[in-house]
Amino acid sequence: MSGLVGNVVRRDLLLAMRQKSDVLNTLFFFVVVVTLVPLGVGPEPNLLRAIAPGVVWVAALLAAMLSLPRLFANDYADGTLEQMLLSAEPLPLIVLGKAVAHWLVTGLPLTVVSLVFGVMFNLGTELTLVMAASLLVGTPVLSLIGAVGAALTLGVRGGGVLTSLLVLPLYIPVLIFGAGAVEASAASIDSTAYFLIVGAIFLFSAALTPWAVAAALRVAAE
Amino acid sequence: MLEAHALECVRGDRVLFSGLDLRVERGTLLRVAGPNGTGKTSLLRLLCGLMQPAAGEVCWGGQPIRRLREDYWRELVYIGHLNGVKDELSVRENLIVNCALAANPVSELQADEALARVGLTGFEERMARALSQGQRRRVALARLYLSAATPLWILDEPFTALDLRGVADLSRLVAGHVRAGGLVALTTHQEVPIDAGAIQRVELGQGSALTRPEDSFQEVPA
Repeated sequence: MSGLVGNVVRRDLLLAMRQKSDVLNTLFFFVVVVTLVPLGVGPEPNLLRAIAPGVVWVAALLAAMLSLPRLFANDYADGTLEQMLLSAEPLPLIVLGKAVAHWLVTGLPLTVVSLVFGVMFNLGTELTLVMAASLLVGTPVLSLIGAVGAALTLGVRGGGVLTSLLVLPLYIPVLIFGAGAVEASAASIDSTAYFLIVGAIFLFSAALTPWAVAAALRVAAE
Repeated sequence: MLEAHALECVRGDRVLFSGLDLRVERGTLLRVAGPNGTGKTSLLRLLCGLMQPAAGEVCWGGQPIRRLREDYWRELVYIGHLNGVKDELSVRENLIVNCALAANPVSELQADEALARVGLTGFEERMARALSQGQRRRVALARLYLSAATPLWILDEPFTALDLRGVADLSRLVAGHVRAGGLVALTTHQEVPIDAGAIQRVELGQGSALTRPEDSFQEVPA
């Protein structure tokens, strides 16, 4: 079973490696948005330090959302999706593999790059690490919930906008508690509770979204 | 044994066929014929469970496929209009990945043998992007050479884009599978002679009525 998830992850990573522009687009968008903010709001260091966690989180969320339409679109267009639906292996596991691969090429790079932003916004070592940790726990949720939106809008014209409308409300709790963890740390409050909530959302979506995505894909293929 | 009871297919607001009864034993070739737009592809998609019938039921070995799900799909190879071939993967990678998705893992050696059988020797390392339409079809069909143990093959227009030799090779493969006790359901516009022993025929699109299996003739092997 884990072999199947591994196979799907390996396949999707291989495809991402051969099609690097897709991965780089997401990362580039993230970097551009975050670096433009100081230019827009002015170079006041205390203000920038205060808004940095929120800015980085919002940019990460938008960057992850930007990459969603491609999650199933290619498999749908070339017929691989039909083969996945007819696989003797459980579809939710295949979906889980795809979500993991999506996180590895979006969420994980965003988390790594956020370390640089911690330095750029002069957050200090501790806050930078807290921010990266919150992204590490939170970005998988973006991939998992995003997969539901991508599957529901598969084959719909103008699906990109619809995906955003569907998943944005579901992203908001992660955004609030993810960015909240960093802000709590900045105010010297224990951020454990925030991490626990984001972690709970992560586990909840890891357990349930693959089934929702599988059901949505079956409908989309009809 | 593949059965369909009172199958009805609705696309949009049009009833493509209704009250379709089928009973195909193993060791039989099922030919689905009829003009464009009469529901040949839809019938095959219903038979493999990609689409749900508006009414009626498809059974495999006496059990409804709706209940069998993965157990049914383990015994099925479906090759549709779309080849499921990824541009970014090499020919060999495509075949290995597709077989892994179908829970039928194959080694590189086996994959290369199957590719040799479809006349793609020397193309194993080539990216699928550089292939012609017929060659892509061959990559998809190569899976059949690795699926002799899978009893049910459902092939949608398998002969499209193939050259004369490809058509001859494929019809020999299909005939061999049927004679070995397999069940092959296929649609085709060309009258490709397949020397497969028992042949059953479904004629779609005569008004809204449809030739039931009782009216269909059995082609006697030469």
